[in-house]
Amino acid sequence: MTRTAIPTEEVAAIFKKEFGDGISDIEVREWCEGSKKTPIHTLWMHIDRSLLLKAVSCLIEIDYPHLGVISGCDTGDDIDLVYNMMIFFGIRGREINVTFVVTLPKSDLSVPTISGLIPGAVYTEREKIEMLGIDVTDIPDRRGLFLPADFPKGVYPWRKDETGIQEGHVKELWAVGRPENRPAPPVKPKEKKEADPVEARTPEKDVPAPEEVKKDE
Amino acid sequence: MSEMGKKATYNIPIGPIHPSLKEPILFTFRMNGEVIEEADFAPGKAHRGIEWMGMRRNPVQIVHLTDRICGICGVSHTLAFARAVEQIVGIEVPERAHYVRTIIAEFERIQSHLLWAGVAAHELGFETLFHLAWRVREESMDVIEYLTGNRVNYGIVQVGGVRRDFTEDQFPRIERALHYYEDVAGKLLNLYLNDKTVSLRCRDAGTMSYEDALRLCTVGPTARASGLNMDVRQDSPYAAYGDIDVQAILPEPYMGETRGDVYDRIVVRLYEVVQSVGIIRQCLDQMPPGEVLWEKKYPRLLAACKKASGEAVGRVEAPRGECLHYLRMDHMDHPQTWKVKASTYSNQMAWLGMLKGEQIADIPIIVASIDPCMSCTDRVAVIGDEGGYVLTKEDLHRLSVEKTRRLMQ
Repeated sequence: MTRTAIPTEEVAAIFKKEFGDGISDIEVREWCEGSKKTPIHTLWMHIDRSLLLKAVSCLIEIDYPHLGVISGCDTGDDIDLVYNMMIFFGIRGREINVTFVVTLPKSDLSVPTISGLIPGAVYTEREKIEMLGIDVTDIPDRRGLFLPADFPKGVYPWRKDETGIQEGHVKELWAVGRPENRPAPPVKPKEKKEADPVEARTPEKDVPAPEEVKKDE
Repeated sequence: MSEMGKKATYNIPIGPIHPSLKEPILFTFRMNGEVIEEADFAPGKAHRGIEWMGMRRNPVQIVHLTDRICGICGVSHTLAFARAVEQIVGIEVPERAHYVRTIIAEFERIQSHLLWAGVAAHELGFETLFHLAWRVREESMDVIEYLTGNRVNYGIVQVGGVRRDFTEDQFPRIERALHYYEDVAGKLLNLYLNDKTVSLRCRDAGTMSYEDALRLCTVGPTARASGLNMDVRQDSPYAAYGDIDVQAILPEPYMGETRGDVYDRIVVRLYEVVQSVGIIRQCLDQMPPGEVLWEKKYPRLLAACKKASGEAVGRVEAPRGECLHYLRMDHMDHPQTWKVKASTYSNQMAWLGMLKGEQIADIPIIVASIDPCMSCTDRVAVIGDEGGYVLTKEDLHRLSVEKTRRLMQ
């Protein structure tokens, strides 16, 4: 199987040609590190929700991508879903990190699942459902992932509005106190030793007070 | 036989407590006799909400928080986060700092892979090999402690560089460690790859095809063992990897074929230890002089971070695979969004296919084979028709050891 890498600009051109006005803010970025300043290529674009599946299919035609993760970002009135995908990996220095940003208004947070095209996406899509309250349509598995079973319904930890974590949800560790009503330990409590003569000795006589040390110096 | 066919399936839960993972896991297996019909897992039994905490802290505070995401690959998370901030703020990291970062990241890979190799041997019941692997691992831990001051939570990476430089008088100690690993590598490879016990248990166990590895978005040695040519160090060379010849380790050049089984995962990890030694040596030879930190004064660094806005992705090849941090900053002290994607996050889906059709006794080694920090098998309860019984980790381990013994007869 041979794959030929194409430059980032060409990938950007393919998307521009294919989707026209459906994509915006298309941006090619480079970042260099090391003594030789080896470039790392990234391509960012905003995509209309209705074009998401077509855009992923288009990317698969260029090269089957590795989906890194789908991140989510509460921007106030909207939620941005950020799809991070890598193409042309395995070809030294030619990998392109393609990022789709899909903006969803909070009034309608539904987005089609991409797991039909990339089966591994289910995991990260499930996380978006529980952390941001996104409605991922047609996802084969919509159970929660990370939150405990008794976590309150309708609270989404990554949200920054009234459905996010509120003041009352956060417990300060120092204020929690020691657990009470614990069962008795299976071993007998140790009997108290009689006062040790060494410990009973008053330390003031042996150790000089800090002020005295300073005076000596 | 007909009775056997009628036998109802039963479920085994495994887990959920495991202290060293970000996601301790509860497994549920639907069993038919000894054979796993279907596997499922539920992570998040002790989710710490680190991303939520990070979104209320400034980048310098988050750097030290990222150190504590994982006890084994502390530098990977810190580096991925620092790289994301640097891209948004536009910080040019001094060249020498790139080399310091690379050296410490490679020592971390050596200790992580050897830790895994020991765990794998233990799961097979090969205790002498387990002790050998962990004894050999100590050398890299000692060097890490010598260089950074800590065995874990190194606290060496800072936004814009590293907090400590490596000086010339420290090089002989590093060189001694590299010699040690070169000497011992042949012995380790021979013990793991030519031993009958290891190959009996690991060959064709927990296989994953190339297509599955690609479609399930797997990363790191798990993906490479299935023939997927993918390594962030090679594909998007960060730090000093662009100056050094790094190629993804695949099983085919060493074994002549790719089977995508547990054995191939051992092959990939052990040869990566050998590769890491080479990378560190090249770094020591090429290390340029100069500063190691872009800005020493924290208020200035934080002011620069506060001025910046934008989004970036920091990716690093952690010992277990790609570690990805997505960061969005918007003229605030704290980031607008911070998403941490650890390597195991990507690899967990692979378990489902790997475990299907395998036996209970193979669970420990297959679950361990993607290197989820350590084997997740803490406690197993078998719920059958007759009330059910509980298999402890010791029982599960005993089953695995007994299978090795049976095969050896």
